[in-house]
Amino acid sequence: MENKIRIEMEALPENEGFARVAVAAFITYLNPTVEEITDVKTAVSEAVTNAVIHAYGEKGGKIVIRCDLQGDLLHIEIEDAGKGIENVEQAMVPLYTTRPDLERSGMGFAFMEAFMDSLEVESETGKGTLVIMEKKLGSGPWIPDEE
Amino acid sequence: MNETFQIIDHYLMIRLPEEIDHKSCREISRQADHLMLDNRIEHVVFDFSDTKFMDSSGVGVLAGRYRKVSCFGGKVYVIHADSRMKRILRMSGLSKMIEFME
Ligand SMILES: Nc1ncnc2c1ncn2[C@@H]1O[C@H](COP(=O)(O)OP(=O)(O)O)[C@@H](O)[C@H]1O
Ligand SMILES: [Mg+2]
Repeated sequence: MENKIRIEMEALPENEGFARVAVAAFITYLNPTVEEITDVKTAVSEAVTNAVIHAYGEKGGKIVIRCDLQGDLLHIEIEDAGKGIENVEQAMVPLYTTRPDLERSGMGFAFMEAFMDSLEVESETGKGTLVIMEKKLGSGPWIPDEE
Repeated sequence: MNETFQIIDHYLMIRLPEEIDHKSCREISRQADHLMLDNRIEHVVFDFSDTKFMDSSGVGVLAGRYRKVSCFGGKVYVIHADSRMKRILRMSGLSKMIEFME
């Protein structure tokens, strides 16, 4: 069975919590582990926060979240029409941030990569950014690893 | 001052919220910096007892406070962090800057 949702929202800090809870709610019928739910919530939070902070800044704009479940494979796309990323490869380096003034840690993409099975970033300056992530659910370890 | 922040000697204790994200972080940093200046704080203790979720915004808050206290020889401590929080802090290279306590 294939199941899909699409959420369009304003790029506001107030919507970051809603976005991750909505995606978590979408996958609950698959009975994912607590670990898996938190992994997905963290990745969504990172991508949506990036759209709020980096893509639009003060002037705001729209964020579109598309989720697709094919069996136990979760596919997430988070898209903005903001300023885009000049050098995606550099942006994905852990600890790299263009906003140290806002106390950003530069770990956003690193966490998306660590907590999901795959991460792809497509971006064009002046056009926007598309983050694509996938995770197979129900395959996590029974006991969350300590390391 | 609310119960999120507590000052004991020159220690600022911060009881972190259930969800540490971009939105909650802005307020924590703002209030912490204010209290640190006014009370000549030397060390900061982050208490993760209530925390169930943290994204990379939280890393920025801890690193930012570390930068402020470490130039005067101060320390940043983390207490009651579960294995996930510890993993996040370790991945971000913060375990070299902070001290974990139970
Ligand atoms: N949606 C986006 N639009 C524009 N720039 C972005 C976007 N997402 C990420 N970036 C750029 O990539 C950098 C790294 O992102 P990230 O790893 O999340 O770290 P941080 O958000 O802490 O800076 C950001 O500092 C920013 O310059
Ligand atoms: Mg980020």
